[in-house]
Formats: sequence, C-alpha cells, structure tokens
Amino acid sequence: MDPATLSRILTAETLAFHIIWATIGVGVPIFICIAEGWGIYKKDPHYILMARRWTRGFVITVAVGVVTGTSIGLMLSLLWPQFMQLVGHLISLPLFLETFAFFFEAIFLGIYLYTWDRFKKPVYHWLTSIPIIIGSSLSAVFITTVNAFMNTPAGFEMTKEGELTNLRPLEAMFNPAAPSKIAHVLSSAYVTCAFLLAAIAAYHLLKGKRNVYFKKAIKLTMVSGLVMALLTAVAGDLSGKFLAEHVPEKLAAAEWHFETQKEAPLILGGYLDENQEVQGAIKIPFALSILGKGHPNAEITGLNEFPEDERPPLYIHYLFDGMVAIGTYLILISALFLILLWRKKKAAWNPWILRGILIGAPLSFAAIEMGWIYAEVGRQPWIIRGIMKVEHAATTADHVGVLLFLFSLLYIALAVIATSVLIRLFRNNSPEQELEERGIIL
Amino acid sequence: MQLELIGITILWTFLYGYLIVASIDFGAGFFSYYSLLTRQEHIINGVINRYLSPVWEVTNVFLVFFFVGIVGFFPDTAYYYGTALLLPGGIALLLLSIRGSFYAFANYGARKSRTYLFLYGMTGLFIPASLSTVLTISEGGFIEKRGEEVHFLPWELLTSPYSWAVVLLAIVSVLFISASFLTYYAFKAGDKKAMEVLRTYALSWSGPTILSSLFVFAALSQHNMQHFENMFGLAWMFLLSLVCFLGAIILIWRRRALGWSFVLVMLQFAFAFYGYGISHMPYLLYPYVTVQSALTHSTMGWALVISFIAGLLLLIPSLFLLMRLFLFSAKYVRGEPK
Repeated sequence: MDPATLSRILTAETLAFHIIWATIGVGVPIFICIAEGWGIYKKDPHYILMARRWTRGFVITVAVGVVTGTSIGLMLSLLWPQFMQLVGHLISLPLFLETFAFFFEAIFLGIYLYTWDRFKKPVYHWLTSIPIIIGSSLSAVFITTVNAFMNTPAGFEMTKEGELTNLRPLEAMFNPAAPSKIAHVLSSAYVTCAFLLAAIAAYHLLKGKRNVYFKKAIKLTMVSGLVMALLTAVAGDLSGKFLAEHVPEKLAAAEWHFETQKEAPLILGGYLDENQEVQGAIKIPFALSILGKGHPNAEITGLNEFPEDERPPLYIHYLFDGMVAIGTYLILISALFLILLWRKKKAAWNPWILRGILIGAPLSFAAIEMGWIYAEVGRQPWIIRGIMKVEHAATTADHVGVLLFLFSLLYIALAVIATSVLIRLFRNNSPEQELEERGIIL
Repeated sequence: MQLELIGITILWTFLYGYLIVASIDFGAGFFSYYSLLTRQEHIINGVINRYLSPVWEVTNVFLVFFFVGIVGFFPDTAYYYGTALLLPGGIALLLLSIRGSFYAFANYGARKSRTYLFLYGMTGLFIPASLSTVLTISEGGFIEKRGEEVHFLPWELLTSPYSWAVVLLAIVSVLFISASFLTYYAFKAGDKKAMEVLRTYALSWSGPTILSSLFVFAALSQHNMQHFENMFGLAWMFLLSLVCFLGAIILIWRRRALGWSFVLVMLQFAFAFYGYGISHMPYLLYPYVTVQSALTHSTMGWALVISFIAGLLLLIPSLFLLMRLFLFSAKYVRGEPK
C-alpha cells in the first residue's frame, strides 16, 4: 500500500482509539465535581466516596488519553507534513492554546489527586476540581476548532501559487463549523460519561447488590444524563442546519439525497441498488428539509450537484442513522427511568430498566465512534475542504507500514491492560468495604 | 526583538524546561527499577514516588508544548522534520506511550507489577536516545532533498559517530541530573539512607557526563565545522558550564547545600544548552531551514506570542501552587499525613 493509504489507516486507528479515552477525560471530571460538590453540600459521604472512586478510575483512563493524544498530536506532523506546512501558518493558534489548557488540567489533576485530606475545609479541595473541568473542556474546544477548520476553512485568502495570505487567525479558529461542532462534541462527551458511570452502578444493582450507594449514583448520573442528551440532540440539529448551508455534500451523502429538491424526505435504513436507487428504507416526508433548513418546504442541495471525484462515500448513511438512533434511545431510556422514579418509586429499579441503562454505555461509545467516522469520512476526498486533497498531504516517507504495525500492537495492549487494571482496581475494593473502612453508616 | 528570535527563544526555553523535568523523571524511573534489582527499593522508592506522582503528567506537557510550538512558529519544520523523523519520532512516541501509561498502571493500579516497572524504567533510557536524534539531524547530512521530495538517510545516522556521541550524552546527562535532584529531595525529606544511595548515583554519573560532552565536541568538529567554529566563539558559555558542574560536584561530595548544588547543575546545563542553541543559529535544519525562512506569517506569530503571555499568566501561579504543595512542603516531602 502507498504511504497515503497507510497514513490514513494509522491516523484513523489512533483517533478511533484516542476518542474513547478523550471522551472519558472530558466528561468524567464534570461528574466527579458534581458528586463531590453535592456530597459536601448535603453532608452525604456516599457522594464523596463516589467522587473518590470515580477519580481513581479516571486517572488510569487519563493516562491512556494523554499518551494517545500526544501520539496523534505528533503524528499530524509526521504523517501529514505538507498539511501542517500549509496550514501551520493558520491553525497553530488553537493547537497552541490547547496545550495550555492541557497544561492547566495536568497541574490541577496532580493537585486534586493528592490533596483529598490536606485542606481543613473540604470545599477547598472541591475547588481544585474546577480547573480540571475548565482545562479538559477547553482543550476539547480548541482541538475541535482545528477539525472544524478542515471542514470549513476560513480566515485567509489564497494566491494563485497556492500560498495563504491575509491571515486572520481568530476568524480561522471561529470558522462556520466551529460553534455547532463544539456544542456537539462537548454535550455528547458529557452524555456518554453519564451513561458510563450509570452503567457501572446498574451493573452492580443487577448483580444483586442493594447498597443505596449505587442507587444514588444512578439518580445523579441519569438526571444530568437526560439534560445532556437533550442538549446533544439540540446540538445535532444545529449541526444539521450548519451542514445544509455550508457542507451540503456531507449531509446529502449521509441521507442519500441525490437530486436537489424541496420538501426533502429523511431516509432511515435501507440500501442502494445498482442504479443508486434507495430500497427498503423508511422515508419521513419533509424531515430533511426541516432538519436542514427548519422549514418543510425548504430546498436541500443534492449530491448530483458535485463532481463525482468530490463526493464522500455513501456508506456514511448507516453511521449517521446509527448515531441518531442511539441518541434517541439515550433520551428515551433516561427519561423513562426518571418518570418512573418520580411516579412510583419501585418500578424505576426494575431489572429491565437497569439493563436498558447498562446497554446505554457501550451504545453511547459506539455513537461517538460513528459520529466521528461520519464527520471525518464525510469530508473525503478533502483533508481541507476545497483546498487540499488527502493524497497530497500525506508523507512520502517509507516505513509507515512498520509504524502502523507497532502502534496497532500498542493499542491492543493498552486496551487489554488498562481494562484489566481498571477491573482489578474496583473488584478488590467494593464500595461496601470502603464505606465500612471509612466508618460511613447511614 | 524580531519575531523569529522571540519564537525560537520561547521554544528553546521550553525545551530546556523539558530537559530538566524529563531528565528527573526518566532517571527516577530507571533508578526505581534498578533499586528493585539491587534490593534497595525500600530505601529510595518512597522518595521517588512522592516526587513523581503529582507531576508526571505535567512533564509530558513540556514536550507537547515544544513540538506544537515549533510547528506553529516555523511551519516549514513540519515538512522537513516530519518526513525525516517518521521512524525515530514514531519510535519515541511509542516509548513515551508505553512509559506514560505504565506509570499509571503501576502506581494507580491495583498491585505492583515488576513488568510494569521494568517497562517504565527501561523506556526512560530509550526515549532520550530517540529524542536526541532530532538534535543530530538538525546538524545536517542526514536529510537529502531530491527535487521536491525530502529523503531521510537512516544509514548515515546509524553510522555517524556524532549521532552516537549525542545519544551517549543524552543518557548519562539524564542519569546525572536525576540523581542530583533526587539527592536534594531525599535530603529535604530528611531521609539520610536514601540520600546516601542517590548521592553515589550522582557522583558516579558525573564523570561520564563530562567525558561524553567532550566526545560531542570532538565529533561535531568532524561533522559540522561551521557550527563547531560558532561554538568556539561562545567558549565562555561552555567554560561557565564546566565551572557550575565542578561547583555542584564539590557540594554533593561534601554533602553541603544540596539545593544550591542542584541549582548549579541546572545552570551547568543551561549554559551548555543555550550555548549550543545560540551557536546553531540561524539554522533550524542545516542547511535547508533557517529561522527566517521557516517563520510563520507575522499576524500568526504575534497571535502566538500574545497567547503565550496569556498562557503564562495562567500557568505560573498554578505551577507555583503545585510546587508549594508538593515540592516545597516539608510535611509532604517527608511523607507525613497532615
């Protein structure tokens, strides 16, 4: 295989692996902070213990997130040198700022971990969790603006020789794609972590544990989970409207929308036959027009308006459907749980509801992956939409294959070892034991 | 001051910061594993872990900062170095990944594992070796430009005496810097036994440090005469570096003012590192890339400088807090609960 293809595989693999840990890194601090703050406010040691236990697991995931993040950061220059040479003039500001946010987070994570019992007032310790949230969320914001720039480049003019002039770094950073992307990335990271943490508690309840600790964990994460899931849906809607206006070929490819038309229907599932006709799909009339432009009568640009070599692959339709379906499921299950809890307390703890929450965790990670692949593959064949194609950006160096092999081994090893370390960490030390050791009896 | 000088000064300073904090970290990992082999683990591991645990993640950021910064200020370096460093850079990344994650597995995980500590300790020696190849490549002779394509000559690098001299210097400096810091840290903790062990490490790595830096001088004079002559013009910096080194060794030898002795070690490397850097100018990659030719557009350059200052306003107080809580808190260093 040529270096460009190998580089694509290695980049995709690294990102796909990184975003699992990065999502945890962005989302979990929020819940640690909420749990500790609520525990201090209510003087309820259950919540404080929750924050402690989540933090312990969080450190392991952060370590994997940091090392894979460092990898992808350096790989940008190693695998895509011409890309970095061209846009380094323009996107280094957010990359640079991201490092600062990361620095800030790293400093306070160290402080948070080692000062649980050092301050006289617990609230001081809680305060050190705020910079961790600011740092982790801001680094997500900055890095997302870079990705947004690749979708809708802005803030420069291009000379005939292909040089960038008249640079406006802030405009490049706050390009058209940035707001909707940032909203969607942050809210989906939060909702995924809500379900991750809820699923751990649901698993223990299903295993027959009865401690009220687990129920408190589910209540806390599901309330915030529902809010975040609804926000994610809103952010998704904004992204749809953004795509219809600025990157119509991505939306059109995701919806198999070939002819430009008004009153465009939304297509769920189905397949394409050899004549590129949609078969066996559920059509929701007007829905694409509403998603794209907010009006049932609005005109949505079709894929046929674009030259064939500038169209993204059509399989992204399934990724889009999968992501949306999972998002809807997450809203429904958390809403159902909360309604049951509110109406008649016992039914909320029905094993089927708990199973529904449990499965929400792997599903939401699957949605994160699908959403990313959709966003990235939907930009093909461009690395910077309209400016540079992927094959012109890749390294010309040999040996990409060697690296691909080595990094694949590394990721497999990290996945296996990190998971087993995490499982062992919690299995040998259950919340019940810890409650007893710390003398917490409620 | 001109933008390119501001840029390279900022970057070089961060690289120097990385040199110091990463050396302490890499060396500590190695000593940690070595002490396990020689059954001295119980003596020095407490001191090492109390220092490393809160700061390991911060160390990593210095490096990220440098490579993001250099691509930001000098985007052309991405093109040349990116192509050339694919293999050495990729391997360094691999080692950094193993090291970072296994540190967490070993220290926050459920149990101590010899394998994890082995991986953590040994990668600490290979990372400086692979990272130092960047400095070697910057001297020229290992990259060839044919038409528009940049080609890396791995064989030349592997057979170059200069390259091996730099690798040797990198490894022994790591061990020397780390041991002299940890001696001071153990002294602060009032841990006499640990201090004695670490003091022997520091003294035994001091000789190789000086010898290998002489090798580097000699090999460079063979490899890049122009750079060597530039260095000769800055001989006073290297002499000051030597004076600082001698001062540090005398203090460690006499077990006196160990804090100052570590400051002298830092100055020793600062003089040598900045001397090397200044004499390297104006080339970022000899002879293809200079600081002027690779500089980003000035709007972006100034935006970076402004964000750098804003970032420092945030970082300096936070770093200060971190140091007060863990480095200069006598109670914490001694491992006493509050």
